[in-house]
Amino acid sequence: MSIAVQLNGISKKFGTFTANSNISLSILEHTIHALVGENGAGKSTLTKIIYGMFSPTSGDISVHGKTVHFSSPRDAIDAGIGMVHQHFMLVPSLTVAENIMLGNEQTGLFRRLDMRKINETIRMHAGNTGLDINPDVPVDNLSVGEEQRVEVLKLLCHDASILIFDEPTAVLTPAETDRLFDILRSLRDKGKTIILITHKLDEVLAVADVVSVMRKGEIVGTMETATVTKTELANMMVGRNVLLRVTNPPATPGKTVLDVRSLGCRTQKGETRLRDLTFSIRAGEIYGIAGVEGNGQSELLQALWGLCPAGSVLSGEVTLDGKSLLGKKPAEIAFMGVSHIPENRLRHAVILDYPVSGNLIFGRHRESSFHKGIGFSKEAMENNSRKLISEYDIRCTDPSVQSIGALSGGNQQKVVLARELNRPEISLLILAQPTRGVDIGAIEIIHHKIIEARMKGIAILLVSSELEEIIALSTRIGCLYNGSIRHEFDQEATSLKRKEEDDFRREIGLYIT
Amino acid sequence: MTTDQNMIHKSGKLLIPLLSVVSALLLSSVVIFMTGRNPADIFLKMFRATLGSEYGTGQVVFRMTTLVLAALAIAVPFQLKLFNIGAEGQLQMGAFAAAVTGALLPASTPSAASIPLCIIAAMAAGACWAMLAGGLKVRFGVNEVIATIMLNFIAQGITGYLLTYHFAVPSTEHTLPVIYSASIPTFSTAFGLLKNSPANISFFISIGAALLFYIMLFNSRYGYEMRAVGLQPEASNYGGINNGLHILFGMAIGGASAGLGAVNMVLGYKHYYESGMTGGIGFTGIAVALLAGAHPLWILLSAFFFAVLEYGGLAVNAYIPKDIFMIIQALTIILIISFSATGKSRNTP
Repeated sequence: MSIAVQLNGISKKFGTFTANSNISLSILEHTIHALVGENGAGKSTLTKIIYGMFSPTSGDISVHGKTVHFSSPRDAIDAGIGMVHQHFMLVPSLTVAENIMLGNEQTGLFRRLDMRKINETIRMHAGNTGLDINPDVPVDNLSVGEEQRVEVLKLLCHDASILIFDEPTAVLTPAETDRLFDILRSLRDKGKTIILITHKLDEVLAVADVVSVMRKGEIVGTMETATVTKTELANMMVGRNVLLRVTNPPATPGKTVLDVRSLGCRTQKGETRLRDLTFSIRAGEIYGIAGVEGNGQSELLQALWGLCPAGSVLSGEVTLDGKSLLGKKPAEIAFMGVSHIPENRLRHAVILDYPVSGNLIFGRHRESSFHKGIGFSKEAMENNSRKLISEYDIRCTDPSVQSIGALSGGNQQKVVLARELNRPEISLLILAQPTRGVDIGAIEIIHHKIIEARMKGIAILLVSSELEEIIALSTRIGCLYNGSIRHEFDQEATSLKRKEEDDFRREIGLYIT
Repeated sequence: MTTDQNMIHKSGKLLIPLLSVVSALLLSSVVIFMTGRNPADIFLKMFRATLGSEYGTGQVVFRMTTLVLAALAIAVPFQLKLFNIGAEGQLQMGAFAAAVTGALLPASTPSAASIPLCIIAAMAAGACWAMLAGGLKVRFGVNEVIATIMLNFIAQGITGYLLTYHFAVPSTEHTLPVIYSASIPTFSTAFGLLKNSPANISFFISIGAALLFYIMLFNSRYGYEMRAVGLQPEASNYGGINNGLHILFGMAIGGASAGLGAVNMVLGYKHYYESGMTGGIGFTGIAVALLAGAHPLWILLSAFFFAVLEYGGLAVNAYIPKDIFMIIQALTIILIISFSATGKSRNTP
């Protein structure tokens, strides 16, 4: 078999951050080649390089044996590469046929479009691939699965021979997923090459011929799917990150603080994101939620903080010390003794243009100890800054002047953590990805502070995509898959298995994929 | 952003308006020159007619008073990233409310009651009018620019109807004058300064409002929350701030400020409402606020500049058309927007 796409020593740097480092990969013609890896592993960057959206810092690409230099997706399309994006690029008010020919209209000035010919082309490409769809229907009448088929048809009509699918099943129901896989197989049998980006290992094993695993910007292995098991893949994907060593003394949990009973969440579009999700957290324990992103973590966090997107419907029961949390606003929830560190620090936890001192009270600015007259007490704010900066080793120049946007990710996160952990009288702490994008030194301090908070009797919910972090910190671990807890490791099992970390990681890997 | 870049950013903030004003003046010199006049002559005449005379200074002070308040009406919602194009309508509603209230009060009402009552009526009318746009934004997501523009037309219609059919003195285009006690003393009656000019004590109200708004935005907890909503609405949501309420209040405060701007014209000068009396000051306020970067204290300076241009333009009307000065105003704004846009695009990688 000949090679469709050949990557030689591809590296991509954004400033000092290396998204891809020295990647060499051969993608064979007539295969379904899966690219798997966690979020931030560099899959998207790599595919964007292949699709001409980014140009690599170093290395070269050849397509069908010819070296290419793409400066835009247009070049990639001309070379026969097409991409089905996670978010479809369709005009809802136009029909299927109009969408497909958009940008490629075969017409001259003042000449009518030959719709019959267009429809014929579409039917020709749709034939025998399971892509059959009525070309005259407006796109906004289609289901998500059908929209995706239109995207695929669009690529085929533009003569793409290499098709990139970015997380194609993220938006599909199981039945539609099966149908998509049939389409992928028949496309391959018709001689197309397919690059499939995903982090769902079941899908890789079900449909791909070859799989490459990415981790931290590198390819850690490429193998035929027939020769690997899911566990092996999971292990390669998660891998060993930085050495996380935090002393985690045995916990002595008290009474139940947070109780989540069969929580369900349906989005406005009718997709079920949480189903029958049940767990509870006691005072003085850390409940770790392990899981691949996109399995309901965000929805759970939003539900607990009273910020579900408009139109989504919650069911079930969530109580804090016996009082219901659902339907309350963030300020009310905070007032009940809950502290929240959101997953997206830059967007949700800080005001980038405000100085460090102003961010150290953000969300807590209603506490009267910071007040003076109609404004804030300069003295109280300075004292607060001084105390937290030294306690959490936040590196900054002048906290009352320097904006938090000027700090490194680790220091920003320390600001958020310091602020939230020091809320007076908190009983529940919600931590989402507390060390994402944080340097190793800061991780140590953050982990230490989290354990310290647990020792004070605070109930802690830890949501993290870093398995090592979950294993190192948690008292109990719930494995989240597809919107519900698939398996829970109790306190005994967790502390016992923590000693054999590799095996434990592998075991968790089974439950979350 | 490092501290160094912060410094550049701060000095750049001053540089851009200055550069715009200077280039606009240069460009309009060219236009004046093309009309066959000597620009230096015209600018000198303008100076003599405005700051060079007691009466002219009074006119500048009078115009500046309303401009400051109209600009504040834009500046406050601007902190929430809302563009209040409706200051004109809010001003109109305020002016009408003040005039009607002042006219309907019993003649024996003392100044201590009549003036505050008229002021409250003007502010309430402006605030309600602006809050309508805020409410539409919060409840239905209607773009505030469109809502305020439309509300300008509606305000025009309502005041026009009420004036013509209910409140106008027969065969005139204005309402009955406000009762004597409700008029605000001019500088010339109060201190014997700026003789015969319309400049009046409400000038101090506008200075006070600018100071108050400065404190409100940058030194109060309310301003802390409000600016956060403008900068990062999602983060504010997470921080437990009610974004919708801030949008409503921010618009209301802006509208109240515009309404207050009408007090200067009605209680301080005309003593009645007449059709077309606001004459686009609400729109000039947008220019004033933009030139000042929506900063309450810089608005004082910017309003002064525009007041000089406005009255100066009128005064030299005999030599060159007043339209030239509309060109200067518009050019200044276009230049500011273009300069700050190029500044931004250079900063982003």
